[in-house]
Amino acid sequence: MFNRVNTAALFAAAIAVTAASSPALAQAGDVNVYTYRETKLIQPLFDAFSKDTGIKVNVISASSGLEQRIKTEGALSPADVLLTVDIGRLEDAVKAGISQPIVSPALDKVVAPQFRDPEGHWYAISMRARVIYASKERVKQDAITYDELADPKWKGKICIRSGQHMYNNALIAAYIAKHGEAKAETWLRGVKANLAQKPAGGDRETARDVAAGKCDLGIGNTYYWALMTKNPAQKAWADATKVILPTFEGGGTHVNVSGVVLTKSAPNKANAMKLIEWLAGEKAQQIYADANFEYPLRTGVAINPIIAGYGTLKADSLPLAKIADNKKAAAALVDKVGFDN
Amino acid sequence: MRNPVDGSTSRGAVASLSATSLTSIAIALVAAALVAAPLLSLAGMAWVGDADLWPHLAAYVLPVASVQTVLLLAGVAIVTVLAGIIPAWLVTTFQFPGRDSLQWLLPLPLAIPTYIAAYIYADLLDSAGPVQSALRAVSGLHAGDYWFPPIRSLGGAIFIFGAVLYPYVYLAARALFQSQSATFSDAARTLGARPWRVFYRISLPLARPAIAVGVALALLEALNDIGASEYLGVQTMTLSIFTTWLNRSSLPGATQIALAMLVLVAALIALERYGRRWQNYRMAASSLRATMRIELNGKAAWLAMAACLTPVFLGFILPAVFLVREAMTRLLMQGFDGDLLLHTANTVALASVATLAVLAIGVATALPLRAVRIPSLRVCLAVASMGYAVPGTVLALGLLSPMVAIDEAINALTVWATGAQVGLVLAGSSAALVVAYTARFASMSIGMVQAGLAHLPRELDHAARLSGAGPFRVLRGIHLPLLRPALAAAALLVFVDCLKELPMTLLLRPLNVETLSTSIYQYASRGSFEEGALAALLIVAAGIVPVILLIRLTPAMKGSQSPPRLAVAGPMV
Repeated sequence: MFNRVNTAALFAAAIAVTAASSPALAQAGDVNVYTYRETKLIQPLFDAFSKDTGIKVNVISASSGLEQRIKTEGALSPADVLLTVDIGRLEDAVKAGISQPIVSPALDKVVAPQFRDPEGHWYAISMRARVIYASKERVKQDAITYDELADPKWKGKICIRSGQHMYNNALIAAYIAKHGEAKAETWLRGVKANLAQKPAGGDRETARDVAAGKCDLGIGNTYYWALMTKNPAQKAWADATKVILPTFEGGGTHVNVSGVVLTKSAPNKANAMKLIEWLAGEKAQQIYADANFEYPLRTGVAINPIIAGYGTLKADSLPLAKIADNKKAAAALVDKVGFDN
Repeated sequence: MRNPVDGSTSRGAVASLSATSLTSIAIALVAAALVAAPLLSLAGMAWVGDADLWPHLAAYVLPVASVQTVLLLAGVAIVTVLAGIIPAWLVTTFQFPGRDSLQWLLPLPLAIPTYIAAYIYADLLDSAGPVQSALRAVSGLHAGDYWFPPIRSLGGAIFIFGAVLYPYVYLAARALFQSQSATFSDAARTLGARPWRVFYRISLPLARPAIAVGVALALLEALNDIGASEYLGVQTMTLSIFTTWLNRSSLPGATQIALAMLVLVAALIALERYGRRWQNYRMAASSLRATMRIELNGKAAWLAMAACLTPVFLGFILPAVFLVREAMTRLLMQGFDGDLLLHTANTVALASVATLAVLAIGVATALPLRAVRIPSLRVCLAVASMGYAVPGTVLALGLLSPMVAIDEAINALTVWATGAQVGLVLAGSSAALVVAYTARFASMSIGMVQAGLAHLPRELDHAARLSGAGPFRVLRGIHLPLLRPALAAAALLVFVDCLKELPMTLLLRPLNVETLSTSIYQYASRGSFEEGALAALLIVAAGIVPVILLIRLTPAMKGSQSPPRLAVAGPMV
C-alpha cells in the first residue's frame, strides 16, 4: 500500500477520473434538473425531450434535502428545475423561497386549477392514489372507505408502512383537513389498533405481507401494484391481491401528485420552461402514464389499462394545498398516537 | 518530567516543534476545520430555530427513540464484541483447519451495506420469504397462526447490524492480538496458564483500547444508519432527526436533536478515555515478536472452525449468494448495463482519493501528539473525530454552506480577475464528495493510528533521535513501517465505507454522476432492490480487493510465513 510508485499512480488516476466526472459548470444550452424521482424512471422522458428539442438534460436525484441544497447554493446554483413527488414537498420548496412563478398560458390550459399553485410556483404533472391492496381470498367486499379501516372488524388484519412516510402523512393530513383533528385522532387510533404488525418496510412489503397471509388489507400507492405485475418475482403478490379504490365518507379517493418547480436562480430559464411545458404535453404524459403507471393530468391522455382496471378513480375534491397545510399536524398526530411504535 | 498520563515530555515542547511538527499541526488544524465547519454551520441552523417543538418531542418522540436507540446500541455492542473478538483470538492463537482462509473471510461482511443486508434478510425471513413458506408447507399452518421471530423489529435490526458490523471489532482485535508482545503470553503459558486464561487475563485487557475503537466505530455506524432502521421499523434517534426535518417541517429542530446526540456521543467517548486514563499500553522494544500458534485437534478444532464460520456465513456468504443469484437472473434476462462500469470507476476513484486524504490526516494528527504535548491539538483531534458521529445527510447539509461560501469567494475573485464566473467549483463537483467522505471518516484513521501508536515503545523514538535521525526519518523508518498493520486496517475500513456510503453521496454528488450505491438506491426506492444486485456485488468485489491487499501486505497473515506452531494435546480450554 505504501509502495510509492503505485500509490502515486493510483492517486493520479483517481484524481483524473474524479476531475473528469465533475462538470463544475454545466454547459449553457442545457437544462439542469434536481429530482426526487429516480433517474431510472425519468431518464426515458428526458431522452425523448432531448431528441425533440436538442436540449441536453443534466440530472441529480436524491431522496431528501434538495430544497436545502438549492437554497444553500444560492445565486450560483446550477439547478433550473426541481421535480418532486408529494404535495408537501412542493409546498416546502415554495416556503424555502427557491421557486419563481411559472408563467405559461399554454400550461394553464392543460393543467386544471386544483393541480397547480394559484401563483404558479408549482405545477403537478402526474397523479397517484393511495389505495387498498386486499386479499382476493379473504376479503369479499369490493368497496371500502378510509373510515372503515378503523372498524374493529379488521382487528389484526391491516398492514401499512410508517405513518411518518410522506404518502401516509398526506393521507392523514387529508383526513384532518376533512374531519378535524379530534375525529382524525379517534380514526388513527382505530387504525393503529387494527394493525397486524408494527409499521415498517415499504408499499411493496405491504403487498407481500397481504399475499403471504400476514394481513388482509394493505395500504399502498396505485403504481406499486401495477409495477408488481411486470416483475416476475413479484407477480404472485399482485395475483393474490386486488386493488380497491377507497373513498372518504362523502368524498372521493385520496390522491397525491408529482410536480415541478422552476427555481428562482434558474440559469437556463428558457430551456427550463421548454422542459416544463413539454412535461405537460401529450407525449410526455403518455410516457409517464405507461412507464410508471400514474394517472396523467392532461385530459385526453389514456390511462394505462392496468391502472384503469382498478375502476374509475373519483379523486377527492379537497384542494391539494389544504393537505400540505396539515402536514405538520399529521406528523404530530402520528407521534401522539404512537402509530409507529 | 514524565507526564503521568501518557509519558510524553511536556518540558521542552517548544524546542521539539520542528518543521515536521508544524506541518502536522497545520494538517491537524485543517482536519479539525473540515469537521468543525459543518458542525458550526449546523449549530447556526439550530440556533435560528426556537424550542417550540421540544415539548412535543419530549412527550411523544424522544422517550421511545432514546429507549430504542439505547437497546439497539447495547445489542449491537454485545453481538459485535462476541462475533469480533472470539474469531480474532482464535485465528491469532490457534492453528485449525480452515484458519488460513477464515482469517481473510472474516472481514468481508464489511463490504455488505447495512441497508442491503436488511433487504436481503427481510426477503428471506418475512412471512412471504422462503423460510416461512417452507415452514408453512411442512406444517400446514397459516401465516398468523404461529410465532416466528419478526425480522422487521429491534431484534432483527440488532442481528443484521451485528452480522455486518462485527468486522470493525474483528480487525481491530486481530491486529492487536497479532502485534501483542509474546512475552506476556509466553510467560503465562510457561507458568501453566491455559490459552483461555491467557486470553482473558492478558490479551484481552491489553487489546482494550483497540477493541474500544472497533466497537465505537460499529456503534456509530449503527447509530447513524437511516436506511436499514427505517425499513425495519426501528424508531431510532437518527430517524427522529429525519422525521423532525421532513415531516415536522423543522430543520432547526432536527439539527438541535443532532447536536444533542453529538454531545451524548462525545460524553461516551470521553468516559471511555477517562476509564483508561492511568493505563499504559506500551510494550518494551525487545518484546515485539509474534507469539506461536497452538495446533488444535479433534472437537476443539471443529468448535473453533464453527465459531469463525458462523459470523462469516451470516454476514457475508448468505447475502453474497443471494446477490449472485439475483444478479445472474437479471444478467440472463436483461444483459449487462454498461453504465455500471462508469459507476464503478466513479465509486472507486472517489473512495481512493478520500482514503488517501483520510490516512494522511490520521498520521499527521496522531503523530505530533506522541512527540509533544499540545493541549489545543488534542482538542483539534477530538473535534476531527466528531464527523463520524453525525448522520450522513445532516453532515452533508452542514458541509454545503461552508463549501458554497468558499465557492462564492472564488467566484468573486474570478469575476474581479477575468470578469467571468466559474460556478460552484467545490460544492458543484466531485470535490464535495471527497471533502464529505474525509470529514466523515477522518475519525477512523485517527482512532486507529492512535491505538497503533499507543503500542509502539517510546524507546524506539528516543534511540532513533539519539542516533541523529530527524523526525521525518523516524516517521519513515520507524513509525510508518511499524504502523503498517494499523494503517492498512484503517485504509481498508475507510475505503470500504466510502464505497458503501449513500446518504452524503446522494445529496452532494454533482450533476450526472452516479456511484454504485446511488444506483442501488434508484432501484430500492422503486421497491425492487434486487434489480440492483449486480451493483451491490460490484461494491462487494471492489471491497474485497483491499482485503486481499491487506493480507498480502501483512506477512504474518500469510500461511507460508506463519510463525512456528506449537502442538499441544488436550482440550483447548
